[in-house]
Amino acid sequence: MSEAIVKLHYDIDAEDFTTAGEASSGVKKTLTRLGVNHEVIKRVAIAMYEAEINAVIHANGGTADVEITPERVTVIIADNGPGIPDLDQAMTPGWSTATNLVREMGFGAGMGLPNMKRYTDEMYVDSKVGVGTKVTLIVNMNRQGA
Amino acid sequence: MAEYFHSVTLEESLCMGCTNCIKKCPTDAIRVQSGKARIMNERCIDCGECVRTCPYKAKVAQTDPLELMADYKYTIALPAPTLYVQYDVGKFDRARIMTALKKIGFDYVYEVARGAEIVTEASNRYLAEHREIRPMISSACPAIVRLIQVRFPSLLPQIMPVKSPMEVAASNARREFCEKNPGVSPEDVGVFFISPCAAKLTSVRNPIEVEKSSVNGVFSIKSVFFKLLKQMGKPFESENITQSGFSGVRWHTIGGEAKGIRSDNILYVDGIQNVIKIFEQLEDDKLSDVDFIEAAACPGGCLGGPLTVENLYVARARSFRLKSSLPKMIKEVQEIELDNSSFDKYPEHLDVTTLDSDISKAMQKLQLMDEIYAQLPALDCGACGAPSCRALSEDIVRGTAKITDCVFVLKERVRSLAKEMMELEDLIPPTMENRK
Repeated sequence: MSEAIVKLHYDIDAEDFTTAGEASSGVKKTLTRLGVNHEVIKRVAIAMYEAEINAVIHANGGTADVEITPERVTVIIADNGPGIPDLDQAMTPGWSTATNLVREMGFGAGMGLPNMKRYTDEMYVDSKVGVGTKVTLIVNMNRQGA
Repeated sequence: MAEYFHSVTLEESLCMGCTNCIKKCPTDAIRVQSGKARIMNERCIDCGECVRTCPYKAKVAQTDPLELMADYKYTIALPAPTLYVQYDVGKFDRARIMTALKKIGFDYVYEVARGAEIVTEASNRYLAEHREIRPMISSACPAIVRLIQVRFPSLLPQIMPVKSPMEVAASNARREFCEKNPGVSPEDVGVFFISPCAAKLTSVRNPIEVEKSSVNGVFSIKSVFFKLLKQMGKPFESENITQSGFSGVRWHTIGGEAKGIRSDNILYVDGIQNVIKIFEQLEDDKLSDVDFIEAAACPGGCLGGPLTVENLYVARARSFRLKSSLPKMIKEVQEIELDNSSFDKYPEHLDVTTLDSDISKAMQKLQLMDEIYAQLPALDCGACGAPSCRALSEDIVRGTAKITDCVFVLKERVRSLAKEMMELEDLIPPTMENRK
């Protein structure tokens, strides 16, 4: 039998708010079947949903790759969008480049990246202006510390 | 441990083995095996969807027989607010219905609507004192509480820890009756809920929020409907025994509870599938600006309960008429009524989805499940007895089904077998070649 690892792949559709969240919803179902602690599931779902929405709002969609091992859940959301010119600024709660239209729909509150950081154990943002952004989110199954 | 009792069961002789119910079940708790629907008890939340959908009335929500009243020296009826709109409100008012309950043998009548007013006050106090978790979710619908236990464990801390109106009404009714009748021992008093709900007998036999329910039995609205109607036609003076206003009575309609919450940020949702959609949003931490969520498994709220007589929409129209004729409240909630209104114990996660307690094994099973699923036609036809191809692949992994339960897989196997037979048939032993 192969190494205990479950891999999931999702395409995130462009500018489709109605299907945004489908990938995180699928991951949630999978983690539930694996008997993962529901606090961990909640953290993965919230962080991943934020990343998914970001890809929809800012980057015409992208892909989500999820790797589950008995130790951790790793989510990689990658897009070919405009990239983030100033990451520190993007990490500031409330700072957003979302359009008015997006805000009217209840998104773009500037809490995406801060929330992702808050709900994960590790977060890496790899972004090049004009090329795209790759966000890696890691949630450990057994959370050490707080 | 005794086997878990729940009220929705199958009347086997009536079941035709069709697949209507398996498709409607929100927790994938039903399979058709050997021509009969089998309910997986630990998954069933008693929402009553299958009771509503079964064309052969083979799914029944258990209630107690009226004969149970004979076991007690004194009896109290707890009419659900839903009872009042089962009859033409212009013809039979609440006082008449309540008096008729006494005519059919109850010594005392205590309105669950009053229990509801007490619960509203207790909930408002809880929300004012506890601001850390939002939104709080109503605990009044027993099917919803159980849905959270089996499908949305992360929402458990958001359940409003206030007992149900039925439970609050029962303890207050018994106390009131014993106060008014000195010398009566509380054990001699049988308290009976008149119910529209498929899940209430479960909450009496296996209560979630208390060790032992104060209710001694549950009678369906259907079982008393004609008895009451017969009485109400007779000449008698209605007693003025109503205790609650419209704020308690309106709990029978979805929104009736939430509108009593002191907040502008309330949400109410009815119908089990709609509730699931809202709970999925809650799980993703959306809707955290909402203070209170009222969720009812039945469409329309309790008026849509499977043990009612009148059509939901007709009943709701009658409820509108009541609104203008009733005061908001008849009397303020007293401190003594609020005693014991908080949960004695808290609902726990009931894990029915985990494939294996060892996560590595669960992962292997999940992979196997995906491989099996890939072989299935994704038609979700239900002919195998499972509600979907996904559910069948899970059953196979759990060892309760086999892949040839799928008629399409079976047909494919038969076809390849037939092809092989044809090929074999063409083969002739060398000794037989060219012989005639």
